[in-house]
This record gives sequence, C-alpha cells and structure tokens, in this order.
Amino acid sequence: MTAIDTSYIAGVRRQRESKSRRVTLGLVLALVLASAAALTLGDFPVPPEEIIRSLFSPLTGLTNKGVDFIVLQVRVPRLFLALLSGAAFGLSGIIFQTLLRNPLASPDIIGIAHGASAAAVFCIIVLGWTGLAVSLGAFAGALLTAFAIYILAWRNGVTAYRVVLIGIGAAAMLSAVISYLFTRARLFEVQQAMAWLVGSLNAARPGDSIVLAAMLVVTLPLLIILVRGLDGLELGDDTAHALGTRVEQTRLGLMIAGVALAAFATAAVGPVGFVAFVSGPIARRLMGGAGRGIPQAGLVGALVMLVSDLLAQHALPNMQLPTGVVTGGFGAVFLLWLLVVSGRSGRVN
Amino acid sequence: MTQNHQLMAAGLHLGYADREIVSDLNLNVPAGKLTVIVGANACGKSTLLRGLARLLTPTKGAAYLDGKPIHQMPTREVATLLGVLPQSPIAPDAITVADLVGRGRYPHQGWFRRWTPEDDAAVAEALGATDMGELADRPVDELSGGQRQRVWIAMALAQQTDLLLLDEPTTFLDINHQVEVLDLLTDLVKERGRTVVVVLHDLNLACRYADHIVAMKSGKIVTEGRPVDVMTEAVVREVFGMTSRIVVDPISDTPMIVPIGRHHVEKAVA
Ligand SMILES: Nc1ncnc2c1ncn2[C@@H]1O[C@H](COP(=O)(O)OP(=O)(O)OP(=O)(O)O)[C@@H](O)[C@H]1O
Ligand SMILES: [Mg+2]
Repeated sequence: MTAIDTSYIAGVRRQRESKSRRVTLGLVLALVLASAAALTLGDFPVPPEEIIRSLFSPLTGLTNKGVDFIVLQVRVPRLFLALLSGAAFGLSGIIFQTLLRNPLASPDIIGIAHGASAAAVFCIIVLGWTGLAVSLGAFAGALLTAFAIYILAWRNGVTAYRVVLIGIGAAAMLSAVISYLFTRARLFEVQQAMAWLVGSLNAARPGDSIVLAAMLVVTLPLLIILVRGLDGLELGDDTAHALGTRVEQTRLGLMIAGVALAAFATAAVGPVGFVAFVSGPIARRLMGGAGRGIPQAGLVGALVMLVSDLLAQHALPNMQLPTGVVTGGFGAVFLLWLLVVSGRSGRVN
Repeated sequence: MTQNHQLMAAGLHLGYADREIVSDLNLNVPAGKLTVIVGANACGKSTLLRGLARLLTPTKGAAYLDGKPIHQMPTREVATLLGVLPQSPIAPDAITVADLVGRGRYPHQGWFRRWTPEDDAAVAEALGATDMGELADRPVDELSGGQRQRVWIAMALAQQTDLLLLDEPTTFLDINHQVEVLDLLTDLVKERGRTVVVVLHDLNLACRYADHIVAMKSGKIVTEGRPVDVMTEAVVREVFGMTSRIVVDPISDTPMIVPIGRHHVEKAVA
C-alpha cells in the first residue's frame, strides 16, 4: 500500500487525452490534404485558387461556368460521397469489431455486405431495376441479413463467437446465391451487376451524398449516446452490468447503428470491400492504447476511401478503376500484414 | 459514508436455462461487516453473488437493497451503492491500467459531468491501495496474472461504493498480496464502515478475516455465523466432503483447518 499522487494520475490521463487529440488532428489534416488533391487532380487540373473561388462562387457571384461545373457538379459530389461512405464504413466496422471483440467481425466479413450485394444483384437481374431502386434493394438486403444473423445467433443472448461464425456462414451462402443469379442472367445484366458489386464512386450523384449525410446526422447522435456504454461493455457483460450499463439495450442499439451505417454506405457506393474491415485496426494502432478510437476509425475510413478513389482514378494513365478494386488490393495486403504481426505477437489486433 | 446499506436475499432462486443452481436461499448480509462465502467448486457461490448484485435475474424470490427489490431499481443508481468484481472480467486489448481503473468511475459520471479531479483522486487512491501506482500507464495485457487481478480490484475500489462484492479476488495472488488484499478489505470495513462480501477458497484466511462466514453446498447455505462458532470438523466434512482437524490459529485465535487426506489418516488420528 503506497500513496499515489492525484496529480500524477491526472497527468497520465491527460497524456492519453492529448495523444488521442494528436491522432485526430493528424487524420483531419490528412483528410484536408487528400480532399484538396481530389478537387485539383483530373483530366482538367484546377489550381487551388480556382477551386476556392469556385467553392465560394454561389456566395460571391464570381462564376466561371466550365470550371464551376467540374468542381461543383463532378468533383465535390464525388468527394463528399467518398468521405461520407468511408466514414460510415469505418464506424460500422469498428462498432462491430469492438462489440464482438474480434477484428474479423466487420460487416464486410460477417455477411452484411453480402446481403446487400445479393439483394442488389437480385434487383438488377431478376427484377430488372436500375439506379436508386437497386440501392434501396441493397439497403433492405443488408438489414434483412443482419436481422437473420442476429436471430440465428440468439440463444439466451448473443455471443460474439456465434455471430462471427454464423455471419461467415451467411456470407458464403449469399455468395453462392449471387453466383447462381449470374448463371441465370443475360450478359448485359451481368455487366451491370458486376459493376455494382465491385463498388464504385464513378456514378456519384449529389443526391447520394445528401441521403448519406442525412442518415449520418440521425445516426451520429445515437452513436455518441451509446458509445459511452462501451466503457462497461468492453469489460464483459457482468462487469458492464455491475457498473450500471444497460447491457442488452446498449448492445442492440449499437448493433442497429452499425448495421444502418453499413447498409446506407453499401446502398450508396456498393460493397466497397475492406474499408470497414481495415479502419478499426488502423485507428487502434494509431491510438496505441490511448482510447477505443471510434471517431478516429471513422476518419480513417474516410481517408482510406478517398485515397483509394484517387488511386483508382489517377494511378493508371487513360484508365479508371472501380474504387473497390483498389480497396480490395489494399485490404488484402493489410490482412496479410495483420496475420504476420499477430502471428509474431501471438494475438490479433 | 456510514449510512449502512442493507443487502439481503429472501426465498431467492437462481439458475441458468432450466437448471436451478441456488434454491430458496435466505441471507442477511451484516452491514458494516466483512462476510466471506466458502464452498466447494460449482456449489453456486458465484451464482449467488451474481444474484445478490442483480447481474442474474432470479427465477423466484428476490434480493433486496435497502428493502427494495434490487432488480427493479435503476441499474445506474445501484452501481453507485454496490460494486461488484465478477470472477472472470475481460480486459480490452491495449487498455492501460489507469484507463481500466478509471472505468470504475462510470456510474458517477453523467452526460455533463465527465472527468473531474474527484475521479482522478478516486483512481489514485485505488491504485495506491492495490500497490499499482507505478504501473498506471502500462498496458494491462503486459501485466502478470496477479498484477492484473489487483487492477480489477482497484477498478472495483474506484467505484467507491458502500457495498462491495468480490468473487475470488485473491486467486492468482502470492501469499503476501492475498493477505494485503484481505487487510485492505478489512480497512474498508473497519475504518470506513463499508459492507464487503467476498468469495474465498482459502478457509484459514476466510476464518481469520471474516466477521461472518457463510458455508454453501449445492446452492444452499449449510451454516453461517462467526467463524469460531460455526467452523467445525463436521461442517468442513459436510461442505467439502473432506476430513480435517481444526486447531486454533496462533495469530488470531480463529479456527484453522488442517486437511487430512488419504495418505496421512493414521498420523492425524494418532
Ligand atoms: N453462465 C452459466 N450458464 C449455465 N450454467 C452455469 C453458468 N455459470 C455457472 N453455471 C453452473 O452453475 C453451477 C454453479 O456455478 P458457480 O459459478 O456459481 O459455482 P462456484 O461455486 O462459483 O464455483 P467455483 O468455486 O468453481 O467458482 C455450476 O454447475 C455451473 O456449471
Ligand atoms: Mg465461482
């Protein structure tokens, strides 16, 4: 028994808080730079001062039709869509990974993205839908799959392990459904469905961002309220309960928020692979024990999405790749790295 | 601090799925005292503790805190009065000692009242009491089993509740730290008038430190009372199915249980 100085403990806590602030600030800075690059780069390069003029042109009246069209109608919507969908994927991923205590438990691994995909392919091939209707179908598919996984995993409460196993099973089954649908389709429909499946920001319309932004405005306050419950939930159900957390309500609320984020993002840009999966672990590593890194994972998600989209557009001369191809490559490398690192230290994450 | 809160169970039934573990149990936890629960593995000690602490919903009967059924009280309010250390809590990856101990402040922090000097003081006091001060900024998953156990005790202490229930807080601890933890709990009881309930496996330490001992078998209380009054060779045989000799602890004059076992029967009888 030794007396500990309160100011020492306060110092340790402040160190943790300032590390967390530094990480957040660094990520925001990186996002600003990447956003500037996204607005500048392209077949028609726009210098920074022109971008600033154009962004403020609705207020100042200093217009330049050609440039304004490219900046305001093409690049800004695409930028917003990348930032919002990336943040939604990142948040959704880390919520599931934290709740289920497993870095594999992101929505793009445990079947939720597959549910959205199967529904979208069904809408395109069987129902002959296009555009927004497909997005709505994908959204419904994601919710339905999440619900089914939850029900199947329920046995006097849900355990992480069962959700992950059943989710991976569901993912495999839904992939089979997609393959089957392809065998029944005509070539044109297959092309259309494939384009959707890879996930892309090429078809960014202002409306997509607005729907996503509205949904983030609804979900984020809910998240901010519920995330504090993780203080207890992270320590196991009994400890959480003992600390006065409303265990089942908090967990269900967080799952609903996570599913909604994944479903909306997938509906908007398609199942862009691995963004949800990599964001949480990257944020955690950056934080290095200074916190759970939930907001930071949202920022990492936005950054990964934006940088991947930049690479997809500009890495190869004369050719645009779908964003999902780049994130897929990035995710595969990351997964290997995670396996190597965890193999060395004996644990994952 | 000394407005003693009253914890009791009346006709309490507890179980998992359709298996009943604790049946029709009545218990009055003496306020301002150290109560120790002993019993064989799987007899239902943890289950009882979880029931008393509203972590497990009773199938029949109830546990009462200050006369109110504890399950119907707002869980946050209960958490400011009653702290619990479960048998196997989980530490998140990479969390630091100070962060984990700080989680014990959760019930005291609301929407607008986040982190205060009072919280820092509670964490500092808990870390000091458990000898964990130097490790405050170390990741929990780099600690030894015993150090980890003390972090969890510190977390429960940081909650600063009048009632404290601890499930086997001394497992993984070396003999010195076991005694230190029990001394610490005794301080809480004697100096601050707290009410403490602990599950222990070491009968001799249990007898030495308990003001009130509760011996359980198959989900029922076999006997309870002051260790000198209730810990007899017959009780040990009934509860643990083991023959023993009881001698007087030379330090504290409390009962000391000397197990006999198969290989030493002759000598013990002689
Ligand atoms: N979550 C659970 N689900 C189902 N059965 C359980 C659960 N927890 C405990 N049990 C069962 O309840 C019985 C009593 O368990 P309990 O944990 O209360 O024992 P205990 O007295 O604390 O034992 P120990 O000394 O080993 O900690 C055991 O038979 C155990 O198998
Ligand atoms: Mg137990």
